[in-house]
Amino acid sequence: MNIQTPAPQALTFADYKSDLKPVWCPGCGDFSVLSAITKALATLQLPREDVALVSGIGCSSRIPAYTSVYGFHSVHGRALPVATGLKSARPDLTVLVAGGDGDGFSIGGNHFLHACRRNVDLTYIVMDNSVYGMTKGQASPTTEGDWTGSKLTPEGPGVAEFQPLEIALSAGANYIARGFSGKPNELTKLICDAVEHPGFSLIHVLSPCVTFRPEQREYKTMVHDGFGGAAFDEGTPDRREAFRRLMDDDGYSCGVLFKGNTPAFKPQTDAPRTIEEIQGDFIL
Amino acid sequence: MALNSVSLALTGSGGAGVMTSGQVLVDAAAKAGWYGLMARSLGPQIRGGESAALLRLSPEPVQSMDDCYDLMLAVDWGNIERFASEIPLTSKSIIVTDPAQGEVPEIMRRNNPIIVEIPLKEIAKSVEGGRINMVALGLVAKVIGLPEDYCIEVLSKALAKKGPEALEKSIAGMRAGAEYADKLTGVPTLDAPRTDHGERWSITGNEATGLGALRGGVRFVAAYPITPATEVLEYMAPNLPKLGGALVQAEDELASINMAIGGSFGGVPSLTATSGPGLALMTESIGLSVASETPVVIINVQRGGPSTGIPTKSEQVDLNIAINGLHGDAPHLVTAPTSIADSLFTAQWTVYLSEAMQAPAIVLTDQAMGQARAIIDKPADLAFVGQRRKPELVSGAVEDGYQRYAVTNDGVSPMAIPGMKGGEYTADGLEHSPRGTPSTQAQHHQEQLDKRERKLKTFDYGDHWADIEGDGEIAIITWGSVTEQVREAIDRIAETKGLTVKLIALRLLSPALPEKMTEALKGVKKALIVEQSHSKQYTLMLKAHYDLPPVYDTLHRPGPLAIRPHEIVTALDALVAKS
Ligand SMILES: Cc1ncc(C[n+]2csc(CCOP(=O)(O)OP(=O)(O)O)c2C)c(N)n1
Ligand code: SF4
Repeated sequence: MNIQTPAPQALTFADYKSDLKPVWCPGCGDFSVLSAITKALATLQLPREDVALVSGIGCSSRIPAYTSVYGFHSVHGRALPVATGLKSARPDLTVLVAGGDGDGFSIGGNHFLHACRRNVDLTYIVMDNSVYGMTKGQASPTTEGDWTGSKLTPEGPGVAEFQPLEIALSAGANYIARGFSGKPNELTKLICDAVEHPGFSLIHVLSPCVTFRPEQREYKTMVHDGFGGAAFDEGTPDRREAFRRLMDDDGYSCGVLFKGNTPAFKPQTDAPRTIEEIQGDFIL
Repeated sequence: MALNSVSLALTGSGGAGVMTSGQVLVDAAAKAGWYGLMARSLGPQIRGGESAALLRLSPEPVQSMDDCYDLMLAVDWGNIERFASEIPLTSKSIIVTDPAQGEVPEIMRRNNPIIVEIPLKEIAKSVEGGRINMVALGLVAKVIGLPEDYCIEVLSKALAKKGPEALEKSIAGMRAGAEYADKLTGVPTLDAPRTDHGERWSITGNEATGLGALRGGVRFVAAYPITPATEVLEYMAPNLPKLGGALVQAEDELASINMAIGGSFGGVPSLTATSGPGLALMTESIGLSVASETPVVIINVQRGGPSTGIPTKSEQVDLNIAINGLHGDAPHLVTAPTSIADSLFTAQWTVYLSEAMQAPAIVLTDQAMGQARAIIDKPADLAFVGQRRKPELVSGAVEDGYQRYAVTNDGVSPMAIPGMKGGEYTADGLEHSPRGTPSTQAQHHQEQLDKRERKLKTFDYGDHWADIEGDGEIAIITWGSVTEQVREAIDRIAETKGLTVKLIALRLLSPALPEKMTEALKGVKKALIVEQSHSKQYTLMLKAHYDLPPVYDTLHRPGPLAIRPHEIVTALDALVAKS
């Protein structure tokens, strides 16, 4: 067996962390997501300067500054467009996107649809806590319709939950998985897998908000491996099968759901010309 | 000398092909050595419907329309009321009408133009495969003294794919039309064109804007289609890949501005183009560009507003939102070209400014200059190419202790680009310390606000902040596409009244440069402000930032009708009479 020993100058996960102390509440699930991201980068040994992590606004969206790669903490809901522009202009970079369920599925919902169908080579990590943490506990698109924990919707939002995986599959995402922040090693594997898979990858992460949804601490007793009876890493390339597995999903299945074969979107390229040649089009 | 020119309006319902006739006329006139301008007026329907090709030809450069039309040729009169007001006529104007199309509508007869009946349809029928628009082309070309050969040269290129037969039929149609030229007398003739001229270009304002951006270094564009900005994108889309760049069609303007910011964060000069409604959607993220100091250029081709307004017509009404539309204290750049040709210069210069100062820049062009085509002299090569200040590399890496938002004397901080080892930082819309760490400290906020203001205020804009022409105790202060009409009015006043009037047309609308304006207004006792806005947006902006002369008037009104040179002359007369 050929066991690869890391080169002496290999980067460890700690090398991908910055020296900033996160603003998160003690026990917040996002801490483990940060660990998983840095571990994945260390596993892949990606040079820090060639990686960018883009986010929107929310507790979870604070994540870029806690890493030591290039980061962009943009505005609420627009992480995916910023990342799409960056990857389109700089295809040589590895671009990760991270944020919350409100950021990605509510204010950024339209971008989510179009990022799935555009299939730019991005890895999108959504830390879903079914609540708006940063604005202190309002219902998000993935909040249960009968959740009465917010003053804004005292009777509960009364709206059916948004289904990120179903939407992603319908809209054309090329890689779809779910992880749990309480299992950072499994999450690390998913992130590595998603980064290496071409096109748009969604990793839906159950990441408890211990402050506004303390009952989410129980996620650890509810999560289980694999979708629709398949093993954790047994993603299917077949959309019909993926939909079937999703219909059996209780919301706590973790692992790879779908691994498609659609080539990643790349903006058009052409034979090089100079500005002088291009200007020639206007000469009479 | 009064500008020797001829103004023509060719109208007809969709399918009549008047746009083709117009296009061939301008191109042929250009080949003959004349200058020209062609605007299109389209009805509200998406396709077909009535349309008008509005032309002005001259031996001298022309980039704006005259007061009225010398010749109007109507292939038919369907729905003419929709743009009758855009075709002002006088008692000297000639209307060519086909008796088969019925009476000339009352609305066109108001100023008693000379009406000449020519059976266009019948003439077309008399030729095998003859088309009315070719008959019209031949007739008009002959009347204005444009040699047939130039039209044939243009047509043979345009019809190359359709084969020699199509060309022959067109020529036959043209010649049949030309035979009726004797029936039209009194159309101004054009002086002979100069034959020794240099290279000339045929270009629209929107194309010039796109080319200027490419010349300035833009290599990434993200945008969502909107009238009248789409042609900027349609021009750039096939040309960007040839220069190693890319264009992405976004899902909306919220996406397009943020994609452009993302591309720019990657070190690639980036741009988006839109019109009022899209600019309104983008404003939150223009603030992100300010705070994160990620340069981006927004081309905003103004149209009638508010809301969906009048999408196909011009107005200068996005000045307020462009300058004041951002939340927070958000210094940024706003520029505007002063003519179709200047769209190239201004776009290129603006890319350069935005990159040099790491700030968002909004370029305000408008429908009138964006969608009009002009024949211009070859534009000068310009030295303005976007150059971003980057941190220095020491043995392949940025030195330890790099601070992305370092407080510098000129306010510009070196910007690391992904791929630069050791320069890793997080760009942030949250207020931050010089290192980029989110901060709520008063000192950091003050420092960064000062820095972002300072970099714009202390930059050396040279002479390009405004077009300043002529001298005198009276000045006209204007901006945007209206500037060309002002130039023409100033020439007329000089000729007819011997009065010299100074022109001040701002190219840099924000930040304001009060010292430069004071210098420009030295010795000026009265000023006329000219703008196309119902609420005087430009006048109010000038009042807020500059010391205007004690006596000033504003000539202002909304679109969709262009402000004509004679209106400016009249307004100036009134100002002169004021004590
Ligand atoms: C345009 C805009 N609207 C509203 C807000 C306020 N806001 C900040 S974060 C947030 C929701 C965050 O929820 P989520 O994305 O789920 O992230 P979490 O904080 O739960 O990690 C809202 C509404 C904002 N910053 N910008
Ligand atoms: S409020 Fe919730 S999501 Fe935000 S940091 Fe605290 S625990 Fe995490």
